[in-house]
Amino acid sequence: MTTGSTEKVNGAKALIKCLEKEGVDTLFGYPGGQIIPFYNELYDSDLRHILVRHEQASAHAADGYARATGKTGVCVSTSGPGATNLVTGIATAYMDSVPIVALTGQVPRSLIGNDAFQEADITGITQPITKHNYLVQDPQEIPRIVKEAFHIASTGRPGPVLIDLPKDVQNIEIDLQYPDKVELRGYKPTYKGNTQQIKRAAGEIANSCRPIIYAGGGVISSNASAELIELAETILAPVTTTLMGISSIPTEHPLYVGMLGMHGCKYANYAIQESDLIIAVGARFDDRVTGKVESFAPNARIIHIDVDPAEISKNVKVHIPIVGDAKQVLKSLIKYIKRCNSAEWIEKINHWKKEYPLGYSQMSPDVIMPQFVVKQISEACKDAIIVTEVGQHQMWAAQYFNYSTPRTFLTSGGLGTMGYGFPAAMGAKVGRPDKTVINISGDGSFQMNSQELATVVQNDIPVVTVILNNGYLGMVRQWQELFYDRRYSCTCIKGSVDFVKLAEAYGALGLRAEKPSEVRPAIEEAVRSGRPAIVDVIVECEANVYPMVPAGAAINEIIDQEEH
Amino acid sequence: MKHTLAILVENKAGVLSRVAALFSRRGYNIDSLAVGVTEDPDISRITIVVHGDDHVVEQVTKQLNKLIDVIKVSDIGGDEAVERELALIKVSADVDTRAEIIQIANIFRGRIVDVAPKSMTVEITGDEGKIQAIEKLLRQFGIKELVRTGKIAIVRGSKKV
Repeated sequence: MTTGSTEKVNGAKALIKCLEKEGVDTLFGYPGGQIIPFYNELYDSDLRHILVRHEQASAHAADGYARATGKTGVCVSTSGPGATNLVTGIATAYMDSVPIVALTGQVPRSLIGNDAFQEADITGITQPITKHNYLVQDPQEIPRIVKEAFHIASTGRPGPVLIDLPKDVQNIEIDLQYPDKVELRGYKPTYKGNTQQIKRAAGEIANSCRPIIYAGGGVISSNASAELIELAETILAPVTTTLMGISSIPTEHPLYVGMLGMHGCKYANYAIQESDLIIAVGARFDDRVTGKVESFAPNARIIHIDVDPAEISKNVKVHIPIVGDAKQVLKSLIKYIKRCNSAEWIEKINHWKKEYPLGYSQMSPDVIMPQFVVKQISEACKDAIIVTEVGQHQMWAAQYFNYSTPRTFLTSGGLGTMGYGFPAAMGAKVGRPDKTVINISGDGSFQMNSQELATVVQNDIPVVTVILNNGYLGMVRQWQELFYDRRYSCTCIKGSVDFVKLAEAYGALGLRAEKPSEVRPAIEEAVRSGRPAIVDVIVECEANVYPMVPAGAAINEIIDQEEH
Repeated sequence: MKHTLAILVENKAGVLSRVAALFSRRGYNIDSLAVGVTEDPDISRITIVVHGDDHVVEQVTKQLNKLIDVIKVSDIGGDEAVERELALIKVSADVDTRAEIIQIANIFRGRIVDVAPKSMTVEITGDEGKIQAIEKLLRQFGIKELVRTGKIAIVRGSKKV
């Protein structure tokens, strides 16, 4: 299984050499007692290490790097608290199927199980939130485990893998031979879709009059955007995306009907509900998408293309399952399809688009509406990578930015992790230095990882954070307004910090916009500065995200701004 | 409905915990679980009896298959398989009741594996129904302690899982 020469190195050095063999160029991490041997060897290596200020940020940064580049992100921490601080970032990557490899130090083997200083059973802790994990018991196994970890993380349905390395294992000398193949008899993902099923799907498409393509994050992770668009254009079907699927098709494509689900476009939800055929690609029928499952798309047959067989018929009953990689399956499906009789349907959808456009009211001329800010970013920074935190601003970023290329919208879709955006933006910028990277944030979310201002300044990573500052934990406040009689329990965070001064304290650029006319110049100045920057935009504090489907309702039971 | 799943896994530390944890975190209930190494020392076989409709069992199977250390999952319940459990039942016994307990054990093809002045221990193998039946009969004497292995199962004929 192994080829090439053998050399004698210690476990830590072996690990670094293995990372290099995997093409890793950047690590996000934080040293500590049980990972010192690794950091000692890192001192002599060419790998770039970004020293974060909190381990959680290293996992998010590795995640942002992975989503922006398509490569596997790597984060490093010490044992115990260092490792547990990674947990939120690992869970975020797991829920959104992002390939990362997390390396954690562990107490020496002789102390494992003794409640030693800074010991935590991190493989036990991360079992439900990793695709797989390893505790390295035998230093000689490091090469095989690293090879397997990168293979598992990046193939099939991608996901996080953790390798826990006892300190003594890092110090012991081994014969390093890097394997060139992985052999795992329990892990053989299916990439090529079953031809019979693909032909059946083509038949269903030919018979459909009201088809809709429902694209998820799987389209982006399998780089299947071109095939997705070709499918839509060939059969003439509208495309709706999940939050994770945003940027898989350009926002301005005539067949795009926007995001569906809880905060989806009204016309996307109407279209899915009235469709007779759903072609789901790399999407998992999450509850934020389906609303009340029993009322979801009542008249539709469902074709479901997914690389993970366990997603098929998990939440909704599927008529034609196709297990395989989105890109490969779509490529073969395209061979068999032809335009379906959907002209009337498209006309109807275009009518809905005109009748129910996304929109908001300007509450007064002087107040800055958050939706306006996102539109300004969209116009000022075309083709930027947009990263978000979680909350109202996340939904506005999904609704009002024009995305034109894949991997330009990075957000915590599944876990909904506040604090994700800023470190993920940092990772994205490290991976794609050629791109403008904007973190659209709320004042609540930003404070969950604002310490990373130090990291971006120290490492000269010029990401721009635009804070839609409404002085509230906005999304919770919105729910309290709509469903809890405006009892704003613990959601007012006014007066928390002066973000401009905070930026300046860290040595970053801090700007503020308090009037609509100040928004665009501030964004442009921040981007032009080439420095890490914060634009603190004081927005209307009680603006809400609409349309909205209340949790548990059918997705065409929509609350509109006007109705409320 | 009950399903018996035969799960072939890599014989490595921590695998059983991955399998069992999958059940608990996804809200599936394990009725019984038995595990041991197979004819291949690198492979262990876990037999799990799970309660649920076809949808639940399909999901359990698919989720199990996602675990890297799981090699194969087969649903082998029903007439196509031989199913067995082992139970050790320690029952109160004295000179007056000893003969009757031995008789019951014999009828069920059990064995007396320990005798003490005030107790006897019966070893019994069989399917769930048989073990329940002998347990019911022995209850009248007073069961002091009862231990069951959980079900194991093998497909009939030359077919393998």
